[in-house]
Parts: sequence; structure tokens; C-alpha cells
Amino acid sequence: MNADRRYPDVVSGPFEVPPIEFVDREERTIEIRPYDGSEVEFEALVEMYTEFDPSDRAQGIPPGRESRIQTWLESILDDDCLNVIAWDNGTAAGHSTLVPDGDEDYELAIFVLQPYQEAGIGTHLIESLLGYGAANNIYKVWLTVERWNHPAVALYKKVGFETTGAESFELEMAIRLGEDD
Amino acid sequence: MKVLLGIGGTDGSVDALDRTVARAAGAGDDLTVAIVDSDGGDVSHDDLADRVEAAVAETDLSVDVRHVEGEPGSALVDIAETEGFDEIVLGGSTTSPMGKIKINQTAEFVLLNSHVTVTLVR
Repeated sequence: MNADRRYPDVVSGPFEVPPIEFVDREERTIEIRPYDGSEVEFEALVEMYTEFDPSDRAQGIPPGRESRIQTWLESILDDDCLNVIAWDNGTAAGHSTLVPDGDEDYELAIFVLQPYQEAGIGTHLIESLLGYGAANNIYKVWLTVERWNHPAVALYKKVGFETTGAESFELEMAIRLGEDD
Repeated sequence: MKVLLGIGGTDGSVDALDRTVARAAGAGDDLTVAIVDSDGGDVSHDDLADRVEAAVAETDLSVDVRHVEGEPGSALVDIAETEGFDEIVLGGSTTSPMGKIKINQTAEFVLLNSHVTVTLVR
């Protein structure tokens, strides 16, 4: 989208590389794994987003109806995207994704299902995704976030994102995971 | 209803054009299309005018087409207010690779500053 997007000079990380397992603040054992491309995992994500509270949508995603959720997921679960899912046994509790934007840049988004929020899952989920990205030679990641979404902004800052654009409705933030070639 | 549609060279604009023309034809709106300089689009004003003509051709509408120079947001608000329009319609958004909707600066300006109703076509 924007070829001259600014990135921090400092490299963030290293981050944990999935699969990882941990106990969240509600004593649930959560496993984070890369998406395996299976129908079972796809359907689990459809179910997660179907149950998603509309108040936690961000800039139109996840979309509101199951048919649109399917279409959206098909585009972001494509082979050229990187996806990690947080599992509570067979239930998808959270999902984070990197979608290519041109040759080197990737756009990031993260969603945690409401009953699993504020339990430390988001931090592991985003760090796992960044670790997974760096392991796949992805060095430039950006995102946009609504400026009133303070918990999300705080999470992004904690892992190393810096604000790179503030002139629009949304904040744009970016992180560097490695040096340019 | 007197409707002012602002279009630039973005995909959202073309979609907004088709849908606004269809709606105007159905509702009997008085439609004016303002072709503006857009941030992202690389389509010329003349190509856009041809596109408007094509969209209108299959309807009974007679549409006033104008070429508006300068800052699109303030120009649209100014035209709408000084000429008694009831509504401004805009494409006004693009989607990121992720599918997130981004409101462009023209749409943001119009939403915040217009005293007439604004419709964002998605």
C-alpha cells in the first residue's frame, strides 16, 4: 500500500517461536500453534469469529455474517500469509495473522475471543506470531489500530511497535524484526 | 432529493458511482457528480467523466457532471452548502490487505465538516 512506510531503526525480539504452551491467568492450558491448513482448524476459526462480540470489531473486521467470515478467512489463511492460533483444547481462543502487503511488508491483526481476554493470551499470541514471522524472514510488520483502543495500543507498544502515522482516524504502528538484506 | 456525489479515481469511487446512479434512478433524485482530484487514484478526470456517462446511459437520469479542482473535501462541502444539496455521497474508503477499512482523508474531512447528511458507500 505504502512503499515508503517508516519502520523503527531498532530490531525488536527475539520472540518465542510457536508451538508454545502456557497456563493463562484463568488456569487454562493454552497452546499456540501455526495454522495447519486443515478443514478442522478452519472451521474452528469460523466458529470463533461467529461468536465474536461486535463491539470488538476493528475497522470492519471480523465481518459480521458467517458467509462473509468464510470469505475473509479464505483470503487471510492463504499460503502466502502466516497464521497462528491459540487453542483451549479444541476451541480456538485467539488468532493472529500476517498478510503480505507488497514484497517485504506485512500487515498484522490479532483477535482474542471475549471469554479469553485479559488472561495473558494476547501477549503470547502476538509474540508467537512475530517469532514465527522472523523465523520466516519477515522483518517489517505494520498495523492500524483505533486510537481509543488503549489496551491494544499498550500491547503493541510493549512488544516493540512504534507509532508511525497519527494523521488519520486510526494510528499506524510498525515494528522491525530484522535488518534489511 | 438533491444529491452531490464526489468521485476520484479509486475503486471505491466507481462502486459508489454505480450504486448512487441506481439509487437516484429509482428514487428520482436530482444527481450532481463532482469529479475530484483523489489521493490514491491515477484515473484522469476525462476517463471518469466517460465512466459517469456510461453509468447514466442506461437510465433516464440527466446528471450534472463537474470537474472540481483543489482540495476535494472542502470543495465538496462548499458546493453542498452553497447550492442547497441535501446529501453528499462518497466512496471514501479503501481496504487494507487484511481487509480493514480505511477512511480516506477526503471522507474524513467531509464527515467532520459537512452540515448536510453524508453517506459513505461501502
